[in-house]
Amino acid sequence: MTDNRLSGPLADPAGDAGYPADHPERVGFFTDTSVCIGCKACEVACKQWNLLPEDGVELTGMSYDNTGALGASTWRHVAFIEQHVENGSAAATAPESVDLGMPGMGPSGGDGSVRWLMSSDVCKHCTHAACLDVCPTGALFRTEYGTVVVQDDVCNGCGYCVPACPYGVIDIRPGDGGAFKCTMCYDRQGAGLAPACATACPTESIQYGPLEELRERAAARVDELHAQGVTEARLYGHEPDDGVGGDGAFFLLLDEPEVYGLPPDPVVTTRDLPSMWRCAAAAAATGAALVAGCFLGRKK
Amino acid sequence: MTEVDTSADFRSYYGKPVLKEPVWKVPDVPAYLYMGGLAGSSSTMALLAELTGRPTLARNGRITAAVGATASVVALVHDLGRPTRFLNMLRVFKPTSPLSVGSWILAPFSALAGAAAASDVTGYLPTLGRLSAGVAGVIAPAMTTYTAVLLSDTAVPAWHEMHRELPFVFAGSAVASAGGMGMITTPVAQAGPARRMAVAGSALELAATERIHRREGIVGEVYEKGRAGKVLRMAKALTVAGAATALLAGRSRTIAVASGLCLTVAGVATRYGVFAAGRVSARDPRYTIVPQRERKSAEERLGAMD
Repeated sequence: MTDNRLSGPLADPAGDAGYPADHPERVGFFTDTSVCIGCKACEVACKQWNLLPEDGVELTGMSYDNTGALGASTWRHVAFIEQHVENGSAAATAPESVDLGMPGMGPSGGDGSVRWLMSSDVCKHCTHAACLDVCPTGALFRTEYGTVVVQDDVCNGCGYCVPACPYGVIDIRPGDGGAFKCTMCYDRQGAGLAPACATACPTESIQYGPLEELRERAAARVDELHAQGVTEARLYGHEPDDGVGGDGAFFLLLDEPEVYGLPPDPVVTTRDLPSMWRCAAAAAATGAALVAGCFLGRKK
Repeated sequence: MTEVDTSADFRSYYGKPVLKEPVWKVPDVPAYLYMGGLAGSSSTMALLAELTGRPTLARNGRITAAVGATASVVALVHDLGRPTRFLNMLRVFKPTSPLSVGSWILAPFSALAGAAAASDVTGYLPTLGRLSAGVAGVIAPAMTTYTAVLLSDTAVPAWHEMHRELPFVFAGSAVASAGGMGMITTPVAQAGPARRMAVAGSALELAATERIHRREGIVGEVYEKGRAGKVLRMAKALTVAGAATALLAGRSRTIAVASGLCLTVAGVATRYGVFAAGRVSARDPRYTIVPQRERKSAEERLGAMD
C-alpha cells in the first residue's frame, strides 16, 4: 500500500479505485459564493430530484437559515451569515451596490453596515474520503467520475462514516438507519446531465464540470475579484496537497472557512491509521507482556 | 443574533458544530468497549493459568472471556439494530476500516472463547476445547486495543488527537479488569496472578491517562471538564482504590471481591468517560476549529519564512 492511498495528492482517484484507464474524467462542483443570492433553489432541486424526506418545518431563530446543516436528508445547505462591517473596511467599500429600495435588515443605526454572506454547502467528494475508508461493508464506493457514493442497500447503518467525516457531512437518517449524503446526482451523470442543484442555480454560483477545468475557472474568478478590490476572496478545498488530497467540491469564500461552518484545515482521519495500528499493536503487546509477567515467579 | 463571535480567537457558524456527533448509542458502545477488553485479557490469563497449573483460574478466565465476548457481540448487534448486520460486517475485509478489522478479530475470538468455555463446563471434546482456548488466548491481546483504533480513526478531536495514548489506556484497563474479575471468581490460593494483573494493569492505565492530561492544546480539556471529566476522575479514584486493595487481597476473599468490584466499575467508567469526552469534543466547534486554525497559522508562518 503506497502512502497516497491514504492521504496526499492523488492524480486519479477513480483509476486508483480500479477503473480502467478509459474511465470518464473527474468531475466536481465549484461553488462561487460571491454570486450566491441565498435563493435555496439548489436545496429544493436536490430534495425533489433525489426524493429526500422533509426535515420538518422549524425556525432556528439564529438567521434566515432554517435548515441548519447538511444531513441525511439535506444534501445541499445554504448558509446565511449576517456580518457587521466597519465603515472604511475592505468588505464595506469594495462591492458597488445598487439601492433597490428593499426593506433593511439587522439593527439600524450604528457605525458601519451589514453584509450578507451566502454559501451553498455540499459533500466535498474528497480525494481521500474518510467516510469511504472507514466503511466496514463497502457500502461507500468511488464512482468512475471520482466521486463518493453510498449504496443504500449495502449500508449497515453502523454509523462509522458519521464521525469519520472531517466536514460533518454524512449522517444517519432516523427511522431508516442508513447513511446518506450527496451523490453528485450519480444517476444524472450517467445520462450526461448536470446535477440538479447546479441545473437549478440561477446565478451560476454552483458550477459543475471536469474538476481541472473548474479549478482554472476558479483561479481566474479569484484574480478577477482581487482586481476589483475584493481582497478577501479566497478558494477553499481546491489544493490537491491539503489534508484530504483536494476536494471534488470546492468553494470561493469571502471570509475564513470557519465563518461558513467549514473546518479551517481538515485532514482525512485515515492518514494516521498506520501509526494508530502501530500504537495499538505496541499497547496489545505491552498488555500481554504484563499478564505474562504476572504469572512468573513463585507459584501462589 | 448576529454572526457568532464567542471569543476573540475563535469564529464559527452561529456556534454550530463543524462535525457530526457520533451516532453510536450509550450504553451499547461503552459496554462493547469494556466487554471486549475484559474478554481479551481474561482469555490470555486463562491460557497462562492453564499452562502454570491453576485450573480454577483457567476455567473462570475462560468463562469470563466467553461471557465478555458474547456480550460484546450482543452490544454491537444491538447498536446496529439487527443480527444480520453483524454478519454483513464480514462480507468484506477492509484494512482501512478499523470496524472491519475489529469484526474479523471479534468474530473468531468470540466463537473460540465460547467453544473453549462450553467444552470446559460440559467436559465434552476436551482436546478441541483446549485448542480453542489456546488460539483464543493468542488472538486475545488484539481484542484489548483494536477498539482504541476504532475511536481514534475518526475526526472526533478528543479521540483522534489521543491516538497514541488511548490504546495504552484500554490495554491497561483491560488487564486490570481481567485481574479484578479473576479475583472475584477465583479463591485466593489460585488468584495470585490476577492480583498482580490488577496492580500492573492499573499502573499502565494510570500512566497512559496521565499522558493524556499532560498533552498540550485545548483538546485535553474535554477529559477534565463536565460530566466526562467527573466520570474519569471517579474511574481514576476507583482504579487506585482497586489496585491498592488488590495488594491486600491475598489474605481475604472479601477484600479480593471488593477490589475486583472497584476495578470493574473503574473499567466501565473509563470507557464511558472516553466516549463522552469524544462526544463533547465533536459537539463544540471550538475543539475542531481552534487546533486546526493554530496548525494552519503555524504552517503559513513557516511558508512565509521560506
